[in-house]
Amino acid sequence: MSVMEGRTTSALLYLDGVHVSFDGFHAINNLSLTLEPGEMRAIIGPNGAGKTTMMDIITGKTKPDEGTVLFDGMTDLTRLDETHIAELGIGRKFQKPTVFESQTIEDNLLLALNVDHSVRGTLFWRGSRDESERIDRVLETIRLTDARNRLAGSLSHGQKQWLEIGMLLAQDPKLLLVDEPVAGMTDVETHQTAELLKEINKEKTVMVVEHDMTFVRELGVKVTCLHEGTVLAEGTIDQVSSNERVVEVYLGR
Amino acid sequence: MTPHVLTRSLDRSATIFLVVVAGLGVLIPLSNLLLPAGSALQVPTYLVALFGKYACYAILALSIDLIWGYCGILSLGHGAFFALGGYAMGMYLMRQIGSRGVYGNPILPDFMVFLNYPALPWYWHGFDMFWFAALMVILVPGLLAFCFGWLAFRSRVTGVYLSIITQAMTYALLLAFFRNDFGFGGNNGLTDFKDILGFNVQADGTRAALFALSCLALIVAFLICRAVVTSKLGKVLIAIRDAESRTRFLGYRVESYKLFVFTLSACMAGVAGALYVPQVGIINPSEFAPGNSIEAVIWVAVGGRGTLVGAALGAVVVNYAKTYFTSGPLAPYWLFMLGALFILVTLLLPKGIVGTFNAWRESRKATEKANAESAALEDGVGEPKPAE
Ligand SMILES: Nc1ncnc2c1ncn2[C@@H]1O[C@H](COP(=O)(O)OP(=O)(O)O)[C@@H](O)[C@H]1O
Ligand SMILES: [Mg+2]
Repeated sequence: MSVMEGRTTSALLYLDGVHVSFDGFHAINNLSLTLEPGEMRAIIGPNGAGKTTMMDIITGKTKPDEGTVLFDGMTDLTRLDETHIAELGIGRKFQKPTVFESQTIEDNLLLALNVDHSVRGTLFWRGSRDESERIDRVLETIRLTDARNRLAGSLSHGQKQWLEIGMLLAQDPKLLLVDEPVAGMTDVETHQTAELLKEINKEKTVMVVEHDMTFVRELGVKVTCLHEGTVLAEGTIDQVSSNERVVEVYLGR
Repeated sequence: MTPHVLTRSLDRSATIFLVVVAGLGVLIPLSNLLLPAGSALQVPTYLVALFGKYACYAILALSIDLIWGYCGILSLGHGAFFALGGYAMGMYLMRQIGSRGVYGNPILPDFMVFLNYPALPWYWHGFDMFWFAALMVILVPGLLAFCFGWLAFRSRVTGVYLSIITQAMTYALLLAFFRNDFGFGGNNGLTDFKDILGFNVQADGTRAALFALSCLALIVAFLICRAVVTSKLGKVLIAIRDAESRTRFLGYRVESYKLFVFTLSACMAGVAGALYVPQVGIINPSEFAPGNSIEAVIWVAVGGRGTLVGAALGAVVVNYAKTYFTSGPLAPYWLFMLGALFILVTLLLPKGIVGTFNAWRESRKATEKANAESAALEDGVGEPKPAE
């Protein structure tokens, strides 16, 4: 692990001057953003703004060409791989819900629990009471208790979104990156998801990417608007949505 | 409800499998040795050897199913590990010949005398001891798989690229073992074995014992595979198979898991090869032929990928067909038939024999349950409850 000399920032997540290009296309341009411990941040921005790519960078899937990405003020995330970053306590929900479809909901959560992930640990694993209680609690939270033995592939799109949030809870990370959690949800489900994320935010730092403005408004947190891979505006939802450039980007020139 | 039923039904097929293999492993040798030759129930020795061969193929198929069916690693080079195990056993058998060879050299096998080797190559030392050879049967394929897997999985080589390099690996070994100066008998390989642990390899008793041992090895291999796939590690393997990158984001070191099953699988293939060689009486470079590895994958596809029992069954069924057809007038067309079989199975039975059977039984149970429930419901509506 690459640990720098002492903390350089109080932020839990610190991005500065990050650049990424794919075959000459600049997906992320001089992106700088910080998240304080315990904060919840909503990220908005038109399609292709680079929101998902930013999460790819934070979780080690994409290596930036340039720039600093620090976790907890000390750990340089650009040098670590996905496994390592997950072990540090960064969990992620994907834009396209990604669950293990051929396994049960309970097994999906079991796999997500932050227990010994070594080959030996899983080969000789014996379930413990503590683990099954944690799984029960998560099932309760995501309202899938009755479906626990169903295959994850048989869930509706919205339920898969919830299962993936449940997997995040089971993973118990310090920082949650949640990519478009309410896509494909009904209004009621969207409201419930907002409530759930606010509940989660009582203990964890959360970054949520979402298009749904009602949802973002309901979260009631600081908003960052990305455009062409860089921060266009930052502030409350009202400030950001009245920002001229943001309006321009969203409505077209 | 479904997974509970699934586990139970799998348990049942596993039990049936174990009982059948153990039963055959005991009854066939007894019938061969105790019943008078020619009697209707006596299994002739040539069949004992043939069935022994099938058992070894079944172990190879299990080893492929473990990595392909459960972890999505399609190795098209598993025949190489089988052949390496076979060569390790062959080397032991060669050294048992001693001075009974054509040239009567007490140390050097015949082909070395013929090729004017001044002395035994260093890597042939120790193979006169059975325990050493037995260790090599597991270590050599295991070590090769470990090194190969370490390089491939760490660089995240997956899918068809991985399959291609496994083909390249077995092809490279084929070319190497063909060379006379490689020290393994070149084109002719190792043959003319005399005895194993002091027993004549041709004797009925030895053949019966080798068959029984192959069945035992098949049972042990099956139990090991089953223990692996039913553990939490097995769930991780399936997770890797279905969504590899998702598994990494949960904090699993995917390459370590792949390396573990790939190496374990290669060791099993090596044991299969080692049991195979004394029963067929020869090992030569053609065992490394890329086609052999592909054929073994077809067995698994036919029997049912990711079912273990299906893999073993597929190996036996396809090889029985091969024995049947290649001994008749259709012999020249066997490869076409195998290809056609593969295409048919892929199109019509993508889950293989056992996979399709399991799915059919699942759906029948589900309908029965649904019927029972709706019947109960109707009963409840139709008959007013008697007053309390
Ligand atoms: N692996 C990749 N290769 C090439 N281009 C990519 C890749 N990932 C993202 N992009 C491009 O980068 C831009 C930002 O994408 P993305 O981060 O998915 O946007 P958002 O999530 O904000 O909708 C898009 O134009 C997309 O096509
Ligand atoms: Mg996106």
